[in-house]
Formats: sequence, C-alpha cells, structure tokens
Amino acid sequence: MAVAVAGAGAPAAIDWEVPEQVGLWSDAWRRFRRNKVAVIGLCLVGILVLDAIASALLSTTGHYLWADPFKQDVNNIFAGSSAAHPFGQDELGRDVFARVLKGAEISMQIGLLTQLIILVIGGLVGLTAGYFGGWVDNLLMRFTDVMYAFPDLLFIIVVVAAMGRSLLSIFVAISVVNWVNLARLIRGQVLQLREKEFVEGARASGSTPLKIILKHLLPNSLGPIIVSLTFGIPQAIFLEAVLSYLGAGLPPPTPSWGVMTHDGYDAISADPVLVIFPAIAIAITMLSFTFIGDGLRDALDPRMRK
Amino acid sequence: MGAPSRGGALLQVQRFLGSRGGHLAFYVFKRVLWLVPVLFFVILVTFVLAHAAPGGPWDRNGGRELSDAVRKAKDIKYGLDKPFWEQFVIYVGNVIHFDFGTSLQSEGIDVKDRIFTGWKYTAQIGLLAFLFIVPVGIGTGVIAALRQNTWVDYVVLALSTAGAAVPNFVVGFFLVILLAIIPYKFTGGNFALPVSGPPADDAWFGIDIHYLMPVLTLAFLPIAYIGRLTRSSTLETLRQDYVRTAWAKGLPERKVVIGHVLKNSLIPVVTALGPLFAILVTGSVVVESVFQIPGVGKMFIDSIGARDYPVILGLVIQFALIVAIANLIVDILYVVIDPRIRLE
Repeated sequence: MAVAVAGAGAPAAIDWEVPEQVGLWSDAWRRFRRNKVAVIGLCLVGILVLDAIASALLSTTGHYLWADPFKQDVNNIFAGSSAAHPFGQDELGRDVFARVLKGAEISMQIGLLTQLIILVIGGLVGLTAGYFGGWVDNLLMRFTDVMYAFPDLLFIIVVVAAMGRSLLSIFVAISVVNWVNLARLIRGQVLQLREKEFVEGARASGSTPLKIILKHLLPNSLGPIIVSLTFGIPQAIFLEAVLSYLGAGLPPPTPSWGVMTHDGYDAISADPVLVIFPAIAIAITMLSFTFIGDGLRDALDPRMRK
Repeated sequence: MGAPSRGGALLQVQRFLGSRGGHLAFYVFKRVLWLVPVLFFVILVTFVLAHAAPGGPWDRNGGRELSDAVRKAKDIKYGLDKPFWEQFVIYVGNVIHFDFGTSLQSEGIDVKDRIFTGWKYTAQIGLLAFLFIVPVGIGTGVIAALRQNTWVDYVVLALSTAGAAVPNFVVGFFLVILLAIIPYKFTGGNFALPVSGPPADDAWFGIDIHYLMPVLTLAFLPIAYIGRLTRSSTLETLRQDYVRTAWAKGLPERKVVIGHVLKNSLIPVVTALGPLFAILVTGSVVVESVFQIPGVGKMFIDSIGARDYPVILGLVIQFALIVAIANLIVDILYVVIDPRIRLE
C-alpha cells in the first residue's frame, strides 16, 4: 500500500493501492509463459495438432496434405531426397514426408483420446474411492496391487494380442493400464482435501456430496490432474510407437511413426535415413509434451504462486 | 546374580513382535503372503487374455499349414482340447508344484529351461546397465545439485530431460547409426561396432563389445530418471539447517557432502530402485528386439506372436515375481536406512 500526498495544503487523500486481482488460471498462464522451453513445446504441439486435424479432414475428401502416404512406386525404392519427395522414398517407394505428416494423426489420437478415457474412468473411481472409501476404495487398491505386479508394456502387449492389432485395441489397452495411476492420484488429493475447513463448512451448510465433489474437491485437485494427464500423453504416444515397432501394435501399411520405425529399421543398412525421420518425429513430440508438462507443473504448483 | 529370567516362549515371541525387527519380520511375512493372491490374479488375467487371442500355437504363418488331424493330436497331447477352465485349474495346480509345462513352439523343451537360457543374456545386460546407472545417475545428480544454476547443472538437466522423453528404441537406432553404420561407411567397411547377436563364447564372463550398445540403450532412461531424482532431493537436503551447521563448523566440502547431505538425500533414490527394476524389465523387451539378443524380453515378444501359452505365462509369472521382490527389498531397505519410517 502507498500513501500519496495530493498537493500541498490539501487534505491528504489516502490512495490504497489495491493489488491487481489475479485468478488461478491467469496467474498460472503468466508463469507458464515465462518458461520459454514450455512455450516452444506448446508451439510444436500446436503445429502437430494442426497437421493431424488437417490431414484427418482432408482424407475424408480424398485429398492429402502433401502426397498419398500409401502410393507405392517400386521403380524408386530408397530414392533420396528430391523436390517431390523431400524426405525421400521408402522400401516400397512411398513418400516418407507424406507418411510422417500422416503419422501425427495417429499419435495425436492415441495421446489425447486415451487421456480422455483415463480421465473419465480414473476420475470417477478416484473421486468415489477418495470421498466415500468403502468397497470402491478397497477394490481400487487391490487392483493397483495386481497392476503394479505387471509391467505396463508387457500387459499392454498381451491385451493387444488378445483383442487383435488395431487402433481400438491399443486405445483400450493403454487406458486399462493407465487409469489406475490417475485414480490413485485423485484419491490421494481427495483424502487430503476432505478434511479441510472449507469442505467441512460446505458439508455443515448442507451441501450434497455430489456438490461438494464437483464444486470443491474437483477444482482444487485440478492442477495435479492436468499435469498427470499432460505427462500421460507422451507416455501413450510412446506405448503405441514401441508396440508398433515391436510388431505387436498397428499392422502395416498404417502410416504410424511406430510402424515406420519398424519398417525403417529392417532396411537400416540399405537406407539408414528411413528410420531417422519417424524416430525424430516421435522424439520431438514426446519432448514437446514433456516440456509442456514440466511448465504446467511449475505453473500450477500452489507453492510457486506469487 | 543369576541368569535373567527368560520368560516363556510366548512372552519372547510377544517381545520380538513388539520390537522394530519384529515389526519388520511381520511386515515382510504379510507382504510375501499377499503375493499369493496377486500372482493368482496375474496368472488368471494372462491365461484368459493369451487364450482369447485369435489364432493358436499350431498356425504356421506363411508355411504349410498343419492338417486338422495333426492339430487335434497336438491339442490332445498338450491338453488344449480340454474345457478352458479345466486347463486353467490344471495349470495352476502344476505351477504350485513348480511345473510350468513345456514350450509349444520348441516342442518338448521345458519352459523353465527355456527361460533360464534367456536369462543368461538378459541378466548380463541388466546387471551391466545397473552397474552403470547407479553411479552415473547419482553422480551426475549430486554434481548438478552442488553446482546449481551453472552450466554443469544445465547440461545435466537438458540431458536428463531428453533421456526421460526420448524413447529407448529411438536411442538404440541413433547408436546403431552413429557407432555402426557411419563408421562402416566412412572406413569402407573396415570398422564398425557389432550391432546384433549374442557375444562370442570366449568373451570374458560373456561380456564383450556386443553389449556396448544394448547396455547404453538400456541405461539411458534410468540414468536420466535417477539423475533428476538425486538432483532434486540433494537440493532439498542442501537447504536443511543441519547442513548449514555443518558448513558453519568449517567442515570441508567433501565431509559435508558425504557425511551430511548424501546420507539423507539418497533415501528417496533408494525407493526409486524398485521402479527401476520394472523399467529394466520393460526395457529389456525393447532393447533385445532392437539388438536381436535371445534374452527373456525378446522371448516374450516371440512367444506372444507364436501363441506359446506356457512360455508367455511362465515369463509373466517370473516378471511379476521379480518386480514384487524388488519392491519388497526396496521397502525393507527404506525402513532399515530411515529410522523415521514406521510400518503400518
């Protein structure tokens, strides 16, 4: 606060300097913007999302962002970079650039949609287990014990093998394995918040459990949930890629980055460049999301608020 | 004075259970007992999923398909003709007697023997990676924390962020290109590090240059993980009052770091060694496929593809056991090294 003297002789007017009202989100956004690496990550992800949406929309009308990612050209296998094919052509003469562009579509679908499923399942179970305890809580903890005994990747491979190698089964497999972590996180948050005064106050003033959960518990644990989901995106993209690389994920000729690394690595002595483009695409995508996650964690951490 | 009254056996047991060691023993007993239902469910889930997968162990992809009569005979020989639940009950009964059946792919070979041969390679690579991960991860983490906000810290942070975000098979590709393909092309085929295959028989303890790339690939992510964790926990410890006291006493840096800081900052790192085992197990699947090593990781992928049910189940059971035992050991270590931790 500052005391301003408005002119000599005149009665001193007190000018209370009111601090600018800063909400949670604008404050978080301000701190996020200050983290340059996170902003770069956000820009890269923006480009990838645009690429994914554009190629998805164009493919419904039979057009392509660059070229047909499936068209083979057996006279020009392993052809190097040219104006028509900036990343060259693969072992079947397909345009590598077109396939890398199309690959973003699958990776973004996997990354974002799995987190949506995980949010719904993990959120419901976590909130119920944390707020009411009881058999839901018990079941969640027992389920966690079994899941922790089963390394993620191995379980996902078995589930995908059982359901057949398709995009849908990869969605299901990744979601089934990863919702547990989010549910446990939310459960922990709710257990902590449940005993806080403002929740007790809401309960005392007659709020229904549903209202307490939606209006008090969920908004207050939103920060860690968002951070966890953001880190879940590169994890899901990695799982699809590694599954497809191992030959246990999407079947060829799907233009997924994982499938491309699988085919490219088989041909690595003929043309080492083929494996590099999808590998770099996976690495950049995962790095970008990790940067955003780091930025969000610092921005949403209440201890870091100004 | 005579001998102290020894009390009844029951009293001694009570006294033992009341002591810290007794609590620990009871806790370990509970955890080991709890493993039984967990393992049962792991077997149940894997059994159902593996058998639900389309196709069967007698399919010959690309080759000449077996006739129906042969398939039927093989089904009967391996009990695959029985109803599903009967097969499950028989399998669980056999597992209790440590009988994991024989492989359907390499017929007649005991699953235990197969897994054991695979472990020869996986254990060597895993152990080498572990011996590399722990000192390098902890070392870089501590140095980065002690030199916070200098270029050393920034380099470690950048590398550990990249290490945590870049998938291990991508790391493997880049190593292959950098250490094998580029040298091969530049020396006209005279020099390149070997990429694939098991090591030569006359290698020292079976360790030779073949393992360089797999071990580096396997160690990349865990080093980043351990390094980041060590850095943040060391930074936290450096801010504690007793560390300031140690500095104020005029102790040399070496003594402060080793005697006061590391003793406490490494506690969270020890708990991370449990997840590290799960990471190494998962990593072995990827690394062994990239470098064509006939270890248990590659065996898992191959047996999934071949629908070799006994091998799949055997591998899953031992992976689950390893992860559970590693976590248990870490939890015990945690209690032993940190007297503040109490058991539930």
